[in-house]
Amino acid sequence: MSLLEVENIHTYYGNIQALRGVSLKVEKGEIVTLIGANGAGKTTTLRTISGLLKPREGHVKLEGEDLASYMAHEIVYKGVAMVPEGRGVFARLTVMENLEMGAFSLSNKEQINRNLERVFTLFPRLKERRAQVAGTLSGGEQQMLATGRALMASPSVLLMDEPSMGLAPVLVEVIFDTIQQINREGVTILLVEQNALMALGVAHRGYVLQTGEIVLSDSAEKLRKDPTVQKAYLGME
Amino acid sequence: MIRNWIQRITLTDVIVWGVGILILTGVVWGSIVTLGIGKYSTATWIDLTISGLALGGVYALIALGYTLVYGILRMINFAHSEVFMSGPFTATFAAQALIAIGWWNRYPWLSLLIVMAVAAAVSSSIAILLERVAYRPLRGAPRLVPLITAIGASFFLQYTFRGLYGSGLKAYPEMEIFKGVWMLGSVRIFKTQAAAIVGAIVMMLILYGIVQYTKLGKAMRSVSEDKEVAALMGINVDRVITSTFALGGASAGVAGILYLLLFPVANFFMGFFPGLKAFTAAVLGGIGNVPGAFLGAMVLGLLESIGPNLFLDGLGVPAAGQLKDAIAFTILVFILIFRPSGILGERLTQTKA
Repeated sequence: MSLLEVENIHTYYGNIQALRGVSLKVEKGEIVTLIGANGAGKTTTLRTISGLLKPREGHVKLEGEDLASYMAHEIVYKGVAMVPEGRGVFARLTVMENLEMGAFSLSNKEQINRNLERVFTLFPRLKERRAQVAGTLSGGEQQMLATGRALMASPSVLLMDEPSMGLAPVLVEVIFDTIQQINREGVTILLVEQNALMALGVAHRGYVLQTGEIVLSDSAEKLRKDPTVQKAYLGME
Repeated sequence: MIRNWIQRITLTDVIVWGVGILILTGVVWGSIVTLGIGKYSTATWIDLTISGLALGGVYALIALGYTLVYGILRMINFAHSEVFMSGPFTATFAAQALIAIGWWNRYPWLSLLIVMAVAAAVSSSIAILLERVAYRPLRGAPRLVPLITAIGASFFLQYTFRGLYGSGLKAYPEMEIFKGVWMLGSVRIFKTQAAAIVGAIVMMLILYGIVQYTKLGKAMRSVSEDKEVAALMGINVDRVITSTFALGGASAGVAGILYLLLFPVANFFMGFFPGLKAFTAAVLGGIGNVPGAFLGAMVLGLLESIGPNLFLDGLGVPAAGQLKDAIAFTILVFILIFRPSGILGERLTQTKA
């Protein structure tokens, strides 16, 4: 049984169909990436998994349990955390308050403190700025905060939506290094990226999404060498 | 450059600025005249300041309800006046009951606490009910829709309470301990006013503490910034919204008792003016901003209390004291024209609204 299993989901915005039967699996301990062009349905897939959108057809299963009857905030308690697109830090809350909100689903103080310690080890910069209002952080720091905040919930699966968006190349490297580090610490990651080159560099497996459908899936290594992927997503001729 | 600027001025601008400058001149001129004649003694000014602060405190507690709800739902809960009315109106019956069993003057502090608890509980329940019945089904509807519902709900509540308790005035009994005055040096202060000021300050500190330091308060602030991301943190957004209404309602209920200490008569219509004034205060301070609501309320209370004597009197306006409501609403109009974001203007209203 896979940790996270998406079975043939069809998601709509009003009457517009965004996903046409997406299926994918994420095994425990993996980094799986979902690549594709703008508007292919990557974000929609993540939003459907996290419960912000409900599929009209199909199932999202976590360790075999169908998540259909759970609201987005309840799914967090099941162990799914998300780093939303555009980071979504609470700009008027301090860094510390943002992290506390990340641990909203936890009640064990010791566990919260352990997670906080872990986040501060991962991102020492956040520790320096913990009393600062999050809106005043730089883009890279906000990405760290959004990632750290998601980790505060002790997730078993971390959904990341475009963590490299709008960041300088140096920072993108740093973020992807952290993604691997987080994964080594035992967090399973489903990573949505437009930066396919970087994403396939860190992931174990990948799926290619095109206009709401999975068109290709393979190990990251094979996808990197796939001529159609190279042409369409890696900018190689 | 200057020509461009002149071309851009419309007739409306000219009129608005003209009226604004006229009023400002009037205020300044009136104040100079009044102070020049020395018609009022220092003691009078101090009296007026104290009653302004007491009134401001009450407005502040009501304004908090407007501001919290606006912060989270970006809507003005115009039925909040009735949330405010429901608690103290009900509490007058609790007070009568306490008199009947002889507790009112024997255990005054306990009685006051009971009456406040009753008012807070009733106002809070009405606020929760209001959200559940009148607003939640309309979440996501165009912004005008809940506004209309709010006005409907407001009338509904007024006449429900009129039906329940009658249309007459209900006296709020005086307590022995609040009779008379205290002298702080040469300053005379009515005990009821002192109680209202102290009560309002304590309540404000409690509410500010809740919003700023508790898990619920932080969740409220998160929800006010981004409901979706808040849900991704595991926050039950609906529950937080309910809690926000409950908190605003409780605050209004306590405000109601303090209001009854100052003006000891309750009826089904008692919420209307304080509610509108508190709304003005919330806008004045910057709606959506908790310290702003406090500040706006204090400024409004003081202006309303001192204003008539300070500048209307000097201008020779007859029966100046009766124009205090006019002052409040003139302020509302001009704040909306010249600084819609209020004193502590919430920066995000522009981007999020």
